[in-house]
Amino acid sequence: MEERRNRDGGSFLNVALPKGRLGEKVYQLFAAAGFECPAILENSRKLIFENPETGVRYFWVKPSDVAIYVARGAADIGVAGKDILLEYRPDVYELMDLGIGKCRMAVAAPEGYQDDPARTLRVATKFARIARDYYAGMGRDIDIIHLNGSIEIAPILGLSDVIVDIVETGTTLRENRLEVRETIVPISARLIANKSGFKFKRAAVEKLTAGLGGVEK
Amino acid sequence: MELNLEVMDQMERIGFLLRGLYHEHGFVRYRMSKFEEYDLYSRNKDFLLSEGVITFTDANGRLMALKPDVTLSIVLHVRDGGDELQKLYYHENVYRLSAASDGFREETQVGVECMGPVDGKTVQEVLKLAEESLRLLSDRYILEISHLDLLSALVDTVATDDGMRERILRCSGEKNLHGISGICREAGLAEGAERALLDLLRTYGPPRTVMPRIRKIAEENGCEASARELGQTAAAFMGTPAEEHLWIDFSATGDLKYYNGIAFKGFLEGIPDPVLSGGQYDALMRRMHRKDRAIGFAVFLHRLERLSREGALN
Repeated sequence: MEERRNRDGGSFLNVALPKGRLGEKVYQLFAAAGFECPAILENSRKLIFENPETGVRYFWVKPSDVAIYVARGAADIGVAGKDILLEYRPDVYELMDLGIGKCRMAVAAPEGYQDDPARTLRVATKFARIARDYYAGMGRDIDIIHLNGSIEIAPILGLSDVIVDIVETGTTLRENRLEVRETIVPISARLIANKSGFKFKRAAVEKLTAGLGGVEK
Repeated sequence: MELNLEVMDQMERIGFLLRGLYHEHGFVRYRMSKFEEYDLYSRNKDFLLSEGVITFTDANGRLMALKPDVTLSIVLHVRDGGDELQKLYYHENVYRLSAASDGFREETQVGVECMGPVDGKTVQEVLKLAEESLRLLSDRYILEISHLDLLSALVDTVATDDGMRERILRCSGEKNLHGISGICREAGLAEGAERALLDLLRTYGPPRTVMPRIRKIAEENGCEASARELGQTAAAFMGTPAEEHLWIDFSATGDLKYYNGIAFKGFLEGIPDPVLSGGQYDALMRRMHRKDRAIGFAVFLHRLERLSREGALN
């Protein structure tokens, strides 16, 4: 990206926002913290928006890609779900738990399913590392079946015994006659920062965290 | 015929400039084989920057590896227990699994290692050399310093077992203070038990600003010696142009099985990852049954590819 300057001649604070409802909510929080960019509210297909007055540049990216943009320095900060941070372990700072986008990572199984610990457990999931770490902690032998979507149908079709997936309200599980067996970890949206960007744009990042009610500094 | 720097690519120029710098400071080139017995790495897996090693069986049936690291080889081969400080530098390729590209990459690094009777003066000398290395590359750099013994002592005020300690250290490296509090609550510790550790992690910035607070935290927790060492190390830069580039930050962590004392990382504006990393590694020396103390750092040349040829290289 070309090196444009904000009103004060400094670099823009580059922010990767997750597309969708969560990203819109995050933008409202950031705007209230002093990082407004009204152009982002206009109905358009643009993906990049900047405001030289507040020194911020926002871009919409796929939620699961936010951590990549931040870790690779294309964004100084971003907002990513804890599920993505646990699964991909990007080398970034996790500055705040924003307390929004709350859900949980859980093990779910068909109603009435009886686990047989003598057998290898077949686990369908998008989150292989989280599932592997969870069952390794219990000393349980598992067979990971990596799927990219419609995880809920895997146990119904006999592809897996259980699933490990994000559960928000539990409606999809109930409609597919599955039930939560264990909660692995609570999930929410986290403010993340590139380790280098944090140092060179410290004032802007701290202004943001202070405005968000952060206690980090 | 004179050496024409113009025919070299960016990485070659930087490599030779750094080698020249270390040579000027009395460091001696250490050359090593591309291969090492795999056993060295299997015994020190956590020390490696990435998982995965390229292995092969040599003509004698030994399981060998393409070096994924330089320091372990130097520790293994350099004589131990002498009275004199050994000051070495290297310019080597290593072979690491890249998490980003899902494959092995050849990476070039230039670095220095000091082994022997390492004292406060040696630590200062190595830190100054790290700072000079960064200054050679760009005007916009930050050298971040921490003290692992101080961090470790405060982690131990809350960690009840090795697993908890490891999780807290990982959160420390991520500036994940809410995560540390969460781990403490999970372990049943009283609200606020982690206050001193969080205070330490919140205290980052230029030494002149943050050292008084760090000394106070250390004093309250019986770690004055570590804070004194950190203060003395930073003092070498006070009043010099380098001072404004120094940053104390306890999120600069390392694996405590290998590292201790002063740890540091170097950042350049516009490069997302640290371009320099180093510290004291007496703990590694003990694990490898060496008597000497040691400190060193590496500059990761492959991370400098995006450094502009015109603007960079002072």
